[in-house]
This record gives sequence, C-alpha cells and structure tokens, in this order.
Amino acid sequence: MAQEMVRVFIMGKAHEVPKGLTIMKAMEYAGYQFIRGCGCRGGFCGACGTVYRMPGDYRIKVGLACQTIVEDGMYLTQIPVFPANKATYNIEEIRPTLGNLLKMYPELSRCLGCNTCTKVCPQDLDVMNYMAAAMRGDIARVADMSFDCLMCGLCAARCPAETVQYNIAILARRLYARHIAPRAQHLAARVGEIQGGKFDQALDDMARLDRAELERLYNERDIEPE
Amino acid sequence: MSYTPQMTESIRLVEASRERRYAEKHARLSPSEKQDLLRKFHPDFRPDTMRPVKVGASRGAMMPHELVDILEAGSRLDPDTFPLDRIDYDVDVLVVGGGGAGSSASLMAHAAGANVLQVTKLRLGDANTMMAQGGIQAADKENDSPMIHYLDVIGGGGFLNKPDLVRALVHDAPLVIKWLEDLGCMFDKEPDGTMTTQHGGGTSRKRMHAARDYSGAEIMRTLRDEVRNRQIPVVEFSPAIELLSDGEGRCTGAVLMNLETRDFFVVRAKTVILATGGFGRLHVAGFPTTNHYGATADGLVMAYRMGANLIFLDATQFHPTGAAHPEQIVGLLITEKVRGLGAQLVNTHGEQFVYPLETRDAVSSAILRECLERDRGVVTGTGQPGVWLDSPMIEHIHGDGAIQRALPAMFRQYRRFGIDMRRDPILVYPTLHYQNGGVEIADDTGTRIENLFVAGETSGGVHGRNRLMGNSLLDVVVFGRRAGAAASERARSVKPGRLTLEHVRRYHEELDAAGIARGRVSPMILPSYARHEARPGANPVVL
Repeated sequence: MAQEMVRVFIMGKAHEVPKGLTIMKAMEYAGYQFIRGCGCRGGFCGACGTVYRMPGDYRIKVGLACQTIVEDGMYLTQIPVFPANKATYNIEEIRPTLGNLLKMYPELSRCLGCNTCTKVCPQDLDVMNYMAAAMRGDIARVADMSFDCLMCGLCAARCPAETVQYNIAILARRLYARHIAPRAQHLAARVGEIQGGKFDQALDDMARLDRAELERLYNERDIEPE
Repeated sequence: MSYTPQMTESIRLVEASRERRYAEKHARLSPSEKQDLLRKFHPDFRPDTMRPVKVGASRGAMMPHELVDILEAGSRLDPDTFPLDRIDYDVDVLVVGGGGAGSSASLMAHAAGANVLQVTKLRLGDANTMMAQGGIQAADKENDSPMIHYLDVIGGGGFLNKPDLVRALVHDAPLVIKWLEDLGCMFDKEPDGTMTTQHGGGTSRKRMHAARDYSGAEIMRTLRDEVRNRQIPVVEFSPAIELLSDGEGRCTGAVLMNLETRDFFVVRAKTVILATGGFGRLHVAGFPTTNHYGATADGLVMAYRMGANLIFLDATQFHPTGAAHPEQIVGLLITEKVRGLGAQLVNTHGEQFVYPLETRDAVSSAILRECLERDRGVVTGTGQPGVWLDSPMIEHIHGDGAIQRALPAMFRQYRRFGIDMRRDPILVYPTLHYQNGGVEIADDTGTRIENLFVAGETSGGVHGRNRLMGNSLLDVVVFGRRAGAAASERARSVKPGRLTLEHVRRYHEELDAAGIARGRVSPMILPSYARHEARPGANPVVL
C-alpha cells in the first residue's frame, strides 16, 4: 500500500514525508540528525519548541516537535534556544514578596497584557494570567498556574515587553515551595531520627541478613491497604 | 482516534465490565507463580537477546547484544597520536552528565568548596530524570521505616542487590526529600504540609512522593536552577568521549567533543564523576523505549575501557505500560501512577489478568503472556499488540476531575492525539525503560578505578535485577549527592595527574588479541534515526 505523503517546508526547504508523523520524526525521515532541538522525545523537556505557519493563514502557530503531527503545507522552524535573563538568588534568604520579584525581574512590570504568551504556549498554560498574578504578588497562584511549564522559551521569544515569563515562574514556584507551603513535619522528624543514628544498627543488621531470611521477611511483610 | 472496529468493540467490553471490576481485586502472584512467569516471558531469559562480552574486566559476562557491540569497539581517539599536552580545563572535580545525578553531584561538590566543571552531551537537564513522572520513594511517614523500605527494594531486586548500596539508598531517602524541599521543590502536599504519598509497584507502604505527574521534571528544573544560581560552569553539547588515566590506573580527566563544531577539548581533573545515564536508546531486544534521546550508555563504554567492573547488565527493565497506540507515541511511558490510582490492566475481553501493582518485571511478563501466548491482546491497525489500561476507572473511584488533577501531563498528551483518557481506556505494551545494572560502585560511589566515581543509572547494584518505581529518582539524588561529597573530599588530597590514553591503547590491544575487528567506534553519543538513501560511490561525510 502506497504511503500517504504530505509536503512540509523545513527551514524553507520542501520535503515529502509520510502523513501522521510527528514533526520530529518527519525531520528524521527527511534525513536530519538532531543535535539541537531534540531532548526527551516525550513532551517533558522543552528542547523542541517549533513555530510554523500554514498556507493561507496569517497566524503563527507553535508546538513541540515531538508532540505535533505534520500537516500538508506546514512551514516550520525550530527555536531550540532563545536568549533569556535569569536572576541568581539564594532561595533560603529571599522572601516571597512582590518586591523581590520586581527586584530580580524589573521587566515584569512592563507586561502589556497582550496575551501573546498564552497563545504561544505549547502546554496551553494561561501565561498572561500567571504574569498578572505575579504583578499582584500572588506567588502561590503563579506557582500553581505555571506548574506544567517546560521552560521551552517560546513565550519569551514572542513577548513584546521582553519579559522572561518562565524564569519568573520557576522563581515563584521555588519561593512558594520553600517559604509559603507548610513544611512537612513528619519529614523533619524522620530526618532528625536518621541524623541521630536511630536506624543505623537496624540497617546494619538487615544488610547482614542472608537471602533465606530476607525472603522470609519480604514474603511475610504486611502491606498498607490502598 | 483511528481505532479499528475490533478495538472499538473491545472498548465496549471494557466499559461493560467496569462496574463489576470496581469491586474485584485480582489475586497477587505467589512467589513461585512469579518465577515461572518471568522465566517464560521476560526478555532477560530469552537466549537470543544476549551474548558474553569477550574483553575487559567483566569478560564472559552476559549482556545484551546491542551493549556488547559498543563495548567491543574502538575509541574515537587514536591513543598514539591524540595530543594531550594542551589542557583546556583544569579543575578539581569533573562531572560528566547533565541529569539529576550529575546536577546533585555538582551542587554538593561546589558546596564543599571544589572547583567544579559539569559537562553534558545535550542541554543541562536533558536526561531521563526530566521524564520521570510517577515519583520518588522515601520512608518518612510514621508507619514506615528505612528498614521496611530496605525490604521492598531488595525483594523487588530479586534479593541480589548490593546490601551496602540499598542501605545507603533507604538511609538517605528522607534526607534528599528534605534537601529538595529546602531547595523549593514543589512536592504534592496536604494543606497541613504532610507529603501526599501513594503506593507504587512492589511497595508495602505508601511512600511515593510526587509533584503532580511532573515529578522528575520538577526535581530536575529545581536542581538546574540551583546549578545556575551557584554559577557552576556547565559546558553543554560537549559529551565526554574518553576518560584519561595517569598510566597507573588512576583517572585524571576526560576528553570532550563539541558536537556542533567537532572540536576536542582536554579536561584535567583530580576526580571524575560519571553520571551519563543508561542504555535505553540502544533498543535492547528490539523494544521501543521510554528513554531520553541521549541514553546511549556512553559512561559504561568509557569506564569499561579503563577497567571498571560491570554488573547486572543482563537485567533490563521493561516498563509494563508503554504506549501502544497511537503510532506516534509507541514506546512512551505511561506512568505507574495510573495503576497506583486504580486503573486496572484488562485484556481484549475486558477481563483482568494480573494484579496491577506487581513488580514491573512480573507485570511486563504477564502482558507479554496475555498477548503472545493466550492471544487475548488487542491489535492496532498497524499490527502493534497491547492490552487496555482502564484509565476511566480512576474517575470511577476518585470522581470527576481526578485525572486532570493527578495526571495533567498524560491527559494533555493523549488529548493532543484525540484520545480522551477519562472516557476511553488506553492501550499499552511493555517498553524498554531502565538499565538495572551498570558500573559496580561502593556506597560512596567510588569504583575500582582510583578517583573515578559513578552515580545514577550508569551505576549498578543498588536495584539488583529489578528496580522499583520511585527508586530511580531517589537513586540519582542519593548517589549524585554522595558522589559530589566523596569526589570533592578526595580531590583535596589528590595532585593533578599525568594525562594519557594508555588504558585505551591496552584495550585496543585486547580487542585485537580477541580477534575483534575495530571497524566500530564508540561511545555512540546519539542514536541514528535519520533516514538516508544509500548512494554507492558517494562520500557524504566530509564537506
């Protein structure tokens, strides 16, 4: 059976590739070996941010090359890296305040609310509204709304106010987790026990058990109900 | 999207049995049933997948053909002519690898005052760590203890794990969760701060910590952000392609290759940490893989040439639930958390055939048996077999919205391909997931090669023959931290050594003596998926 083909333009050059492939697999079919622009191949790492246009449509579209299916007439290029400012900070010392966000990323206040970032996000995050939350100093809300960010950088590439949304977002998430979310008391207690050597003897004893004894203990162990 | 009529018919049967299955718990395998199942169906026991390696410290050990092929291969460098007199980087600690283990090692070595250089093949953070969805184990609840965790780890591993490594893993587990919490890693918590924890395959306590289903991504991006905050020098797109020795068995540095310019760089280091990940992209036994693009076992190759011992490499972990449909994502991981939340595995008739949270090797074998022997699998339009993972059961149990809350990444991925996993089950088949074995290490990550440390998936022993879910994220952070501490401590008393490729010359002689042609070179660096038409008489290499 003849394979159904589509024509795509990779960085301006036409290639015939089988219908149904992802952009990534289509580029490999066309003979490219990736160095840049390919990472986890599973939609988690943000290495393969891609922008494209379709014939007869003025709009710029985006997708991850590993997650987006080729379409006939697609005119595409990858943006594997985009220059971005990143503040450096001591996460223990800085407090979760609007003042600190603005101190580290003063351009935050330049956000125009144009929504381009939201439209460009391949994860369908509401980037503009988490930026709005950042401008209100609602760090918990930024952390929650930006959680699925892959840091691919497409938002920063398109931002007319030249902000780097994803770096503001990771700062907010780290501030939230470090300073706003309540600490796990049971964890601190267990760490204290371990540092006090509470389990050292018992672990040494276990490490000396022979296989038969380990098998017996394993097969008899009780299992916490689901 | 693009279900065949048979698949659609089978989905109806899955729907019809859901209410009944809601109350039904499939029996667990007895120890002897499990052994029989593994021997009959697990690829580790198939005679055609492996051969003994003919050279090196582990000569005679059985390993997958694909790995032996790159071990029985020559260096990319000619040890007699490659110049080592110009040192491009001169550091205390060289960290090779940009994933969770390498980044943890860099942070610890840097905090100890060492002059650190971290190098990586792709970008910082491009690693399997980034892809781990399900979670990270640690015995930090009251009903749990490091000893109970120890039993789960060693039982899951077939009682063959190295006890000192298991001890280190379970002992440090709560310490690393605390370290990550302090770094601002956003774990799932109850309103009072209690960690939300679940079961995973082979656990006897709910000790799986998660960050939604971006657990590895959240850990990795936190570590990466901190490496950048500490301004630790990182060289990207520059894999190490060979280690350097002083000619007397000590490791003294490495040679890097800039993938884009193809220039070579010499690093002199007092100690070297290899954290280069596993071998998933070798596609052992022809299976698809969940692994990152860069998972080509480079560290195994380099360490082996220098005389490291490789253990448990005949044990490969096949994740029972790789995507089997749609075609575009075949092989990609469907996290075990889906089963942890209550989704059952069911055959084409809508019947359960295995307890869903058996260890991964057992569940994989049960799926292979269902498809290959009992002929109760589902076959897609492209001939890919699989069984159903009944994802709608999750909302049946936990209510509407549970999938989007707990599995946003997965929900999004399937939606991209027109599948609503809240409504329809998803089709799965085993996929190559993890290299259980690797370079033999001590509990401080030291190897038999002086000044060479190995951490993460590149190392072997802690998981025995089979790793449990949630113990690989734990492994990379526990042993990455230990490597950073041990390598920086060692570096204090080490003087920079002579730089030679003596070990490579000797390894080449061994290959020659074994009659192995040196046409192949390794490490592989990247898998070759590009399609090229062969044109005889043309030399495509040099521009």
